[in-house]
Amino acid sequence: MSRITDAFKEHKAFIPFITCGDPDLETTRRCVLEMVKNGADIIELGIPFSDPTAEGPVIMEADNRALSGGATTDRIFEFTKELRKETEVPFIYMTYANVVFSYGIEKFIKEASDSGVSGIILPDVPYEERGEFEEVCDKYEVEFISMIAPTSQDRIKMIAKDAKGYIYVVSSLGVTGSRSSITTDIGSMVKLVKECTDIPCAVGFGISNADQAEAMAKVSDGAIVGSAIVKIIAEHGKDAPEKVGAFVKELAQAVHEA
Amino acid sequence: MNQSNGRFGVHGGQYIPETLMNAVIELEEAYNKYKDDPEFNRELIELYNEYANRPSRLYYAKRMTEDLGGAKIYLKREDLNHTGAHKINNCLGQALLAKKMGKTRLIAETGAGQHGVATATVAALLDMECVVFMGKEDMERQALNVYKMRLLGSEVVPVTTGTGTLKDAVSQAMREWTSRIEDTHYCLGSVMGPHPFPTIVRDFQAVISREIKEQMLEKEGRLPDVVVACVGGGSNAIGTFYHFIDDKDVKLIGCEAAGRGIDTFETAATINTGRLGIFHGMKSYFCQNEYGQIAPVYSISAGLDYPGIGPEHAYLHDIGRAQYVAITDDEAVEAFEYLSKLEGIIPAIESSHALAYVKKLAPTMSKDQIIVVTVSGRGDKDCAAIARYRGEVISE
Repeated sequence: MSRITDAFKEHKAFIPFITCGDPDLETTRRCVLEMVKNGADIIELGIPFSDPTAEGPVIMEADNRALSGGATTDRIFEFTKELRKETEVPFIYMTYANVVFSYGIEKFIKEASDSGVSGIILPDVPYEERGEFEEVCDKYEVEFISMIAPTSQDRIKMIAKDAKGYIYVVSSLGVTGSRSSITTDIGSMVKLVKECTDIPCAVGFGISNADQAEAMAKVSDGAIVGSAIVKIIAEHGKDAPEKVGAFVKELAQAVHEA
Repeated sequence: MNQSNGRFGVHGGQYIPETLMNAVIELEEAYNKYKDDPEFNRELIELYNEYANRPSRLYYAKRMTEDLGGAKIYLKREDLNHTGAHKINNCLGQALLAKKMGKTRLIAETGAGQHGVATATVAALLDMECVVFMGKEDMERQALNVYKMRLLGSEVVPVTTGTGTLKDAVSQAMREWTSRIEDTHYCLGSVMGPHPFPTIVRDFQAVISREIKEQMLEKEGRLPDVVVACVGGGSNAIGTFYHFIDDKDVKLIGCEAAGRGIDTFETAATINTGRLGIFHGMKSYFCQNEYGQIAPVYSISAGLDYPGIGPEHAYLHDIGRAQYVAITDDEAVEAFEYLSKLEGIIPAIESSHALAYVKKLAPTMSKDQIIVVTVSGRGDKDCAAIARYRGEVISE
């Protein structure tokens, strides 16, 4: 059992996302510790990218703030190593192909592994292109997380049979960010996955409140929330950690009881 | 040149969100079904000839040739196409394909506005809905084209993220496509993005070199020694090169935008200053910093102001088949004025980059040699900006 799958064992998992270095790494550190204290089961740490094509405006702006605040890949590795000493919660890096490729795939994944990171999500690397990344991930025991989307249809089984860690179920069309309602039949997407593997499925994109998180967790194994948290950080900056903690507490509870 | 998975050497591929994967697979299947379909090709050729004014002229630039005193210079007049640039070749092809696929809505990115205008034009003709994404900065630089697109019935959406230029418009069009796929085709404007776009766009633009070859054989009874075109994403260049790739004696030269110079940060010369990366759906060369953050590139030409280059160009560079040179703003503006005065042809500032190189190259060649340079578009859209560049304010 990996650290990631362990996180789904006792109850459904609540997985918050945060952009590293928004507005600075110390705020990120305090937010992460608040999230853990308030029930987060896995943390997705975003490494900012200049042109994040899968993100809506909220996370795009967070990436901009982080980059102009001086967050670089090297600083984020250092930061993760320090943070690793303070919590056992599994970390997943979420970033874009070029951030990893340009650093050197092997060098990047080795650093991630040395920093105590359990998995990586690259939203612009689909099943067909994962080879050169996954190969290195396997070598360093970093799990390459796969995504499925409402448009995946006949691709779901192909993706599921090779998936590792958990499957990131994209709740709806479009980019990240809040939606007033999610109309995709998540249940039947999860069912297709479960027909070929017992890997956990966590739903993300557009979840912004406890009701949505609970509803999504009910039909899957967990809920991922990014933009709604990043919004709090955008609003409160360095004063965000306690507010993020309170928000996470509400959502984590809803997910754990689902 | 193509391998089955859309690779050109190590370049190309499909680096896009899972949400779009079935859309590009469906597009590839449709393209494979129609590309050799006689009915599809009959319709396309009719649109090319009757609507877009093809074949475009291969014009012997006598005064330019005499003035430079070296190789004989021919201009491939893509500026004479309907909508004033080569972009229409691709838009007619893609829109026709989209229509066959049952799509009713086109979305597109645009830099200088030429691809946006061409897409809006074809959408009007084929009765399709159309939304064009354009950087806010570019909307100011190319206000006339914004007006044209709206006149043609399209919506123009300003993109304010990043540098507010072409790369941001591409990102925003991709985001829009992930949110609405069912009825929408992304009419990508250059030989870039995920497979199959670099191949589809190249095939629709390859009409340029097919015609050059025929026209050259008719006029000179032989192939040219050098063909030259400007390169941003690289669609007019690949169109100009394509049917000459196997003719090893024909030199292929792409002209990138050096902006204020390749030793400055204000440049968009990808091959000369970039390195291998993954962005906008493809593996290719990109201007980027040490951490892979995409560089905020610059060129006077909105159409060449892009931090990447199409994967087939990256491959032609790798194998040494094509050569990519960098041309500064100053050189391009001089060539813009030069062709206007000498031949009575006002070229697009993009195409002026290719003409600037020809000005340097022709005198080094002998009089029995031949250069073909593609004038990818006409320069009406650039007059106000070039006047400003020269310190003159004109109002239209």
